[in-house]
Amino acid sequence: MKLVIGIVRPEQANQVLEALYRAEVRGFSMSRVQGHGGELDRVETYRGATVRVGLTEKVRFEIAVSDDFVEPTIEALCDGGRTGEVGDGKIFVLDLEQVVRIRSGETDNSAVTPVGV
Amino acid sequence: MAPGVDAGDTAWMLAATALVLLMTPALGLFYAGLVRAKNTLNTFMMCIAALAVATITWALVGYSLAFASGNGVIGGLDFAFLRDVAFAPRDGTKIPHLLFMAFQATFCIVTTALVAGAVVERMRFGPFLAFAALWSVLVYAVLAHWVWGGGWLQSQGTLDFAGGVPVEMGSGFSALAAALVVGARKDYGRQALLPHNSVYVLLGAGLLWFGWFGFNGGSGISAGNASVLAFVNTLLTPACALATWFVLDVLRSRQVTAIGAATAIIVGCVGITPAAGFVSPIWAMVLGVVAALPSYAVIVLRPRTRVDETLDVLAAHGVAGFTGILFIGFFAQLSWNGAADGLIYGDLAQLGEQALAALAAPAYAFAATFVLLKLIGLVSPLRASARDEALGMDVVSHGEEAYATGEGAILVEPDGVLPEPVPPRLRELV
Repeated sequence: MKLVIGIVRPEQANQVLEALYRAEVRGFSMSRVQGHGGELDRVETYRGATVRVGLTEKVRFEIAVSDDFVEPTIEALCDGGRTGEVGDGKIFVLDLEQVVRIRSGETDNSAVTPVGV
Repeated sequence: MAPGVDAGDTAWMLAATALVLLMTPALGLFYAGLVRAKNTLNTFMMCIAALAVATITWALVGYSLAFASGNGVIGGLDFAFLRDVAFAPRDGTKIPHLLFMAFQATFCIVTTALVAGAVVERMRFGPFLAFAALWSVLVYAVLAHWVWGGGWLQSQGTLDFAGGVPVEMGSGFSALAAALVVGARKDYGRQALLPHNSVYVLLGAGLLWFGWFGFNGGSGISAGNASVLAFVNTLLTPACALATWFVLDVLRSRQVTAIGAATAIIVGCVGITPAAGFVSPIWAMVLGVVAALPSYAVIVLRPRTRVDETLDVLAAHGVAGFTGILFIGFFAQLSWNGAADGLIYGDLAQLGEQALAALAAPAYAFAATFVLLKLIGLVSPLRASARDEALGMDVVSHGEEAYATGEGAILVEPDGVLPEPVPPRLRELV
């Protein structure tokens, strides 16, 4: 089991959702985060005050998957998230020690497999 | 005061002009609430831009082309650059000609802003400014001349109290053409594109209704009976449209919706616009019910098509204006308006005159807008790139965000030297 963390552009989030759906990855969390990954800063102006916005909005996907699903998940994140320009984001893959489904008490692989698959 | 000017009329028209001007920022708020958060400012700015662009074109040539004597299709250039537009009363009124010009200018502004509703979230700002400038002259001024400035519809007897032809059908059918030329948003039909702030929408609709008392109530160009009738009808019709919309919403989805309520207010105001000074208060209430039905149907059916007429200008303005113009043909009442009877009061001809306007105005608005946008598109791309559209038009067109958090924003030094974006030490932490 791995935890796949993908940080992507917010405007690509829907593409990623579609790609994950096609890869039959059904369980994930997503959250809005802000970060910096070396991309150019955005310059904005408010009433004469010019500011550089150093933190960029990103969307963070957290996806716990069984080993068979690690590669399809990474591919889906890349396919959906890539525009080819600096700022497309990163994918981190971590080992998972334990997973428990709260409702049934199932653990590990059966807990990361969505009901009905 | 110049001889022939009436103080009461002038006082009311000064106030009415200011009321109508408020409708443009109110429309901006209404539209801004209906789009996604990343396009809030751009949408609002399209309406604000109309305040600049349409005012200037109106003062320079638009007013003259609409209201100077000319032929049946378009006015002359006698009043171009506001020549001879001064304190003496405008023919047929007791208010200064200059004030009449300003009152009509506010109509041109809000109508130009209305058309933006069809192209928000993807049209580039520069080409929109060019479109607004040309549209306010080539479409709005021409249609205004047809019904108010001595044009062919007015000559053959069409009644249009406050702008069913130039404002409502003019904007609604132009919006349809604009949506077809500019094309659908890239996410249209693939994602749910939801209004980001329904409170803006309700507040915008409320302020529009408030401004509409000046719009309809001022269109008698006096403080007389016609204005009082129009003013009161502007209260009655939207209220009935609102109640009707509640019923339709309940029948369709068992819940009364807020966005639906805001839409109903607009539909009611639009419906009564052409008929405001011509029908009795009770018929105005009936109009509220009647106007809601076709507009509701178009709003339900339009999203099932590929036409991304984004904020439903056609349904709310084009269709409701069409209903209002035809309604006059049936229910106008000489005893209330002193001008003409409709079909049920014995004058079949009036219905024909109204029907002619209801066909000619949409046809001209649609065709002229279609050609105009195609021509602008030859000079400069109308649409933002797919990437810009994804980023949002606020950041792309204006370099601002409606809901800036300020997190991570670094003030650029006043001497213009840009500091390092993020100190290397911090970058390691990230």
